[in-house]
Amino acid sequence: MRTAFAFMVLALLLAAPAQAALRVLACEPEWAALTRELAGELAEVDSATTALQDPHRIEARPSLLAKARRADLLVCTGAELEAGWLPLLQREAGNGRIQPGQPGYFEASAQVPLLERPTQLDRAQGDVHAAGNPHVQLDPRRMATIAAALATRLSQLDPAHAARYAERNTDFQARWQAAITRWEGQGARLKGVPVVVHHRSFSYLADWLGLVVVGDLEPKPGVEPSAAHLAELLGSLHARPARMILRAAYQSAQPSAWLSQKAGIPAVELPYTVGGAPGSDDLFGLFEVTLARLLAAAP
Amino acid sequence: MSTRNTFIVALCALATPALAAPQPQELDAIRAEFEQKFQALQADYEARLKALEGRVQAAETQAGAAQATAQTAAATAEQTAQAAPPPPPPSSAFNPDISLILQGAYNDRAGGERPISGFLPAGAHAHAERGFTLDHTELVMSANIDPYLRGYLNLAFLDDEVEVEEAWFQSLQLGHGLTVKGGRFRSGIGYQNEKHPHAWDFADNNLVYEALFGEGLLQDGVQVRWLAPTELFFELGAEVAKGQFFPGSDAGGDQNGAGSWAAFAHLGGDVGASHSWRTGLSYLKARPREREGWVDDLNDAEALTRFSGDSRTWLADAVWKWAPNGNPRERNLTLAAEYFQRDEDGDLTCIDNSLDGGACLGLTDRYASDQSGWYAQAVYQFMPRWRVGTRYGRLSSGDAELGLNAASLEAADLNPERWSLMTDFSPSEFSRFRLQFNRDEALVGEPDDQVILQYIMSLGPHGAHRF
Ligand SMILES: [Zn+2]
Repeated sequence: MRTAFAFMVLALLLAAPAQAALRVLACEPEWAALTRELAGELAEVDSATTALQDPHRIEARPSLLAKARRADLLVCTGAELEAGWLPLLQREAGNGRIQPGQPGYFEASAQVPLLERPTQLDRAQGDVHAAGNPHVQLDPRRMATIAAALATRLSQLDPAHAARYAERNTDFQARWQAAITRWEGQGARLKGVPVVVHHRSFSYLADWLGLVVVGDLEPKPGVEPSAAHLAELLGSLHARPARMILRAAYQSAQPSAWLSQKAGIPAVELPYTVGGAPGSDDLFGLFEVTLARLLAAAP
Repeated sequence: MSTRNTFIVALCALATPALAAPQPQELDAIRAEFEQKFQALQADYEARLKALEGRVQAAETQAGAAQATAQTAAATAEQTAQAAPPPPPPSSAFNPDISLILQGAYNDRAGGERPISGFLPAGAHAHAERGFTLDHTELVMSANIDPYLRGYLNLAFLDDEVEVEEAWFQSLQLGHGLTVKGGRFRSGIGYQNEKHPHAWDFADNNLVYEALFGEGLLQDGVQVRWLAPTELFFELGAEVAKGQFFPGSDAGGDQNGAGSWAAFAHLGGDVGASHSWRTGLSYLKARPREREGWVDDLNDAEALTRFSGDSRTWLADAVWKWAPNGNPRERNLTLAAEYFQRDEDGDLTCIDNSLDGGACLGLTDRYASDQSGWYAQAVYQFMPRWRVGTRYGRLSSGDAELGLNAASLEAADLNPERWSLMTDFSPSEFSRFRLQFNRDEALVGEPDDQVILQYIMSLGPHGAHRF
């Protein structure tokens, strides 16, 4: 009798796992990873996109609407990166919590100063982001600032566990600062290394490590690399050589492979975000792999 | 909640004496009870307030700690990053987002009207122009009205008129998966219906929507949608509307209450990272009165008909999208198909045109039709900027029951059909050029080979596109 009762209780416990306090939908994998660092088992975290998807061009798929419907918190990049799909999710999900201006909508790019703010808003300049370059996640210093702001937001949404979020943030910040010091040591010899980038996805990485971006495969932001532009870029590399060509895991390998062959410099695929390469399963891994690949290409 | 209920009960108890005029001792008893409950309530609230204060204090200390780490982090960030000033809000922050669609074409096709055989015309100016045409110029404005509502306006400019294509408000804060829309909107039925022509995958409309609505069904009314809190996408929607647009009619919309109503259900999800899908089932009921339509009678003369009755439409739709790893940037494929079944029952009058050699004598008799049709299309982006697509549509006009009008109008079961082949090139997300070939047999017995060269330009902010 007693064993039967215990068995039933156990079955019930198994059937109904402890309800996670917060449902978080991250727009990109880096913010899902950051939320996991800060919330641990306190949140059920999902990412709307993977490292193999272009965050500028996502379809507002039914599955994403279903996820947005149940989210307590959206953690997104902002700065118009998700302008083509996120507003639709926010509007059509029937979820008041995640509307712009509500505590349930967190914009990472709004927490830090942005680079490359256009002085002129003209589509002739390509798909420019008015607020500045949104791809902030590859600067670990900015990541630290965003982490602190996100921890505060999590405690605001889930005050019962505020102490836990603060604790986890303190722990994360300590590990992160130590890692930054280590990475900066390793990456010291990357300072001043000239690089070509596929899209302006690596501006913050370059800003942190001191890489010098001397060319873009895209003639204008968001515009596909064309043969004419690549030929022109190749010509300019004679005058101003680069050491490597960087592209994100989700970007086509063709243009950088072509230029790599013609210019005789390595094309380096970087994970760009969490999950973009083996070993980049969390934020620490993302930077480890990124640095390892950069260092391997710049001996 | 329960304390609030007791409070309400107590209030009601206090209020009832005025109505029921009870005995004074009864009143005292009620007052005593109220006093007691009120005190309990106060005690309860005080306890809750204390608990809340405790939590606020705890949160404050946490926030303080978080702020401290934030400050150190920010300090390090500022030391190293060249600190740009914080970005100003985007220029459109308080203004509506405004975008402009420029759309035009060069059409090579047979001249004159090409009505869909066996169907009462849906009364649209179906892109029948030849040569160079400016077919659609649209102005779109939208903005959040306040924290609770969003507004949207879409105006279509034609040569001598401005058409209000859509003008609505939408709720943002209802929660529970609910969204309410009010005003004039494109109905949520079917798959293509909510898409404006500039978002279509072909230069012209598919045969199904052309026969059913002309362009697409507009509703002047209210729409409620509910999205289920499930892993699988499951959405229900209902609309009540004036019903003045085809298959309704102006006279049908001229009434209190609703001249048309619609309901729809959608189901959708992903299969792995590369596939996603959505299916739907919709129903539309309209009650046209004196709905006018020009048809060719048995003498091949133009005849004006008037229909009053009920129009019921079922619409089933399915769409499947594929992109490698869910990244549509390089390559992607979209398959879509819709099927409809519509029955109309009522009275049809064929206005006397015998003086012009027509076969109609102004008789009114029962009209009943059961029509159906489908289309399917596939669009494949094989490299960035370039897509190809094919589409086929086929309708069945059914055997209409015409009564006395069988002597003047054709009742045969006809099968209008159309094949389309297109390719388009998009220099950027904001511009597109398209070449399309049609083998059009919508007018049965008079096939027409058509060529359409089209451009679509969108100026202004990024529109978020529907699935
Ligand atoms: Zn970008």
